[in-house]
Amino acid sequence: MTTAQTREPSRDLAARREPGRSHGRPISDPRTRGRGKRRIGRWAQTLVLGGLGLLWIYPLLWVLAASFKDSLDIFSGGLGLLPDSWHPENYLRAWRDANFSGYMLNTVLITAGSIVLVVVRCAMAGYVIARFRFLGRRAVLAVLVATMFIPTGLFVVPVVELSDLLGLLNTRTGLVLAIAGGGNVAAVLLYVGFFSRVPKELEEAAVMDGAGFLRVFFRIMLPLSGPVTATVVVLTFLSSWNNFFLPLVFTFSTPQNRTLAVGMMAFQGTNSTDWAGLAAAASISLVPIVLLFLLLQRYFVEGIAGAVKN
Amino acid sequence: MTSMSRTTEPEAAGAAPAAARTVPRRRRPSLWIYVFLAPTVVLFGMYTVWPSVSSLVYSTLEWRGLGLERSFTGLENYRRLLTDPLFWKSLWITLLIIVVTVPLRVGAGLLLALVLNNPRLPLAGLLRTAFFVPVVATTAIVGIVMGFVLDPSAGPINEVLSIFGAGPVDFLGSSRTSLWAVMGVHVWKWLGVTLIYWLAALQTVPRELLEAAETDGAGPAARLRHVTLPLLRPFAVIIVVLTIIETMQIFDLVVTMTGGGPFFSTLATEVYIYDTAFGAARPDLGYASAIGVAFGVLTVLLMVVLTLVMRLAQRRQEQR
Repeated sequence: MTTAQTREPSRDLAARREPGRSHGRPISDPRTRGRGKRRIGRWAQTLVLGGLGLLWIYPLLWVLAASFKDSLDIFSGGLGLLPDSWHPENYLRAWRDANFSGYMLNTVLITAGSIVLVVVRCAMAGYVIARFRFLGRRAVLAVLVATMFIPTGLFVVPVVELSDLLGLLNTRTGLVLAIAGGGNVAAVLLYVGFFSRVPKELEEAAVMDGAGFLRVFFRIMLPLSGPVTATVVVLTFLSSWNNFFLPLVFTFSTPQNRTLAVGMMAFQGTNSTDWAGLAAAASISLVPIVLLFLLLQRYFVEGIAGAVKN
Repeated sequence: MTSMSRTTEPEAAGAAPAAARTVPRRRRPSLWIYVFLAPTVVLFGMYTVWPSVSSLVYSTLEWRGLGLERSFTGLENYRRLLTDPLFWKSLWITLLIIVVTVPLRVGAGLLLALVLNNPRLPLAGLLRTAFFVPVVATTAIVGIVMGFVLDPSAGPINEVLSIFGAGPVDFLGSSRTSLWAVMGVHVWKWLGVTLIYWLAALQTVPRELLEAAETDGAGPAARLRHVTLPLLRPFAVIIVVLTIIETMQIFDLVVTMTGGGPFFSTLATEVYIYDTAFGAARPDLGYASAIGVAFGVLTVLLMVVLTLVMRLAQRRQEQR
């Protein structure tokens, strides 16, 4: 979003910059008086918001700091972030003994599986819904949209029973299907919106050249949908990495299949005195996703903004 | 799809008529259409449509656990629902959470977005990031972390309070403060999303329009009131609805912060459903389904009414 704003050259902005050379408006403009004041005002805003922003992320920083302290230091250390002495072995305890390595693997696998499944099936469905008229098209769309507001609580009992009947309860595959199978209406609609805007000529040219249905989709349409796919990947990533309700009920009897979130709760339940270990476990769960976000910030922000724009 | 047998009909083939003419007759993409649709239809049928329908059926059963025997009890579960104080309490809590946190998020998000949207604001990108970081942090883990941060003996929040001479407050342990603490964390966690929604909406305000208004002598306040806000109004409906949907998912935070307690003070409806179905010493899947159905119906009703009201208000505004 930042980029959209600053990169967009907006011709008149550039034109305005010409006469005064460095700072925008002509000198005779009465509004230029107090521009310095305005800049100070902007820095003041930044300062206030910066303080607020620091306060905003402080809880996360505090936990990160606590993960290097010993439990006693956490209790007496108060607000300070720097540990008296460093205890990286907290991480070893969480990673190895509390099996956060396993939980991490489960979370990664389940998230990756969900993303693949959601992208493939939603792109395919979105493509045919957008490009073809067929029997049942309206019905499919109507049912999809109608279920958008139904809360998870309504689904959970039947989904668990269905998975149990299929022998998929307590498996990662079953969890992926439950996460990526239901809902995801937004993803389908995003693809419908995108594909219906692609010019018809592209497809027609390919068909004239002898490309079949599959080829048109996989060679032309799917590659074109890159930006929408990025949005869908980010949204699915967030929702499935964050998912808690389903992993919780799917791993009652198979603790080895727990995700980070569920493992974290179990760790807290059985180990309520190991504050430092708890902080380390939380950091193991939070740091990778926050780092990933910082690296791919643009896609995250645009992915979420896409929900409003579309 | 029941219509599979019909796919060879020529009418079903091809895109718009114009495109169909250019496609040789022999090609019949219609089968592919249903092949492409199949994964979504099958999975959606299994994991969304079937659960919605079967929940209705389950809600008429006396059913004490997966794999156990079930017997038909008619509307007994619903009769019980009507007189169950916990159900009504959970609805009230859910509603209270929405009524308190949604306006806060939408309002504060807009305020922040208006400031951060200024392209000349120094470090705007960094500031946005700070407010957005909690959004990507896994909710359930945030819940546990916040339990830690709010802890009366070790947490930094009570550390600050004690500096001001206010004794330690057991935020999550007292039924007077627990719900407010959960709501506070919810707003903290999700404000960044609403901020991004508003920033996206602000992108649609044409810069030229603001500049024209400025040339006409409109100050920042006037520009905001007469240019920006009217243009944002259509987005307000979407943003409020999206925010409410997110708020319904308070389950993760509640379960990890308080588990619905103390004394049911944070028992949001989804938590109650979970407790009844899986958490209780005597699981009651039939009754849990009845709660789910009632909650689902109320949610959809709320959404429909809300959308209608907001649309109406918008139209009236436009007419003036």
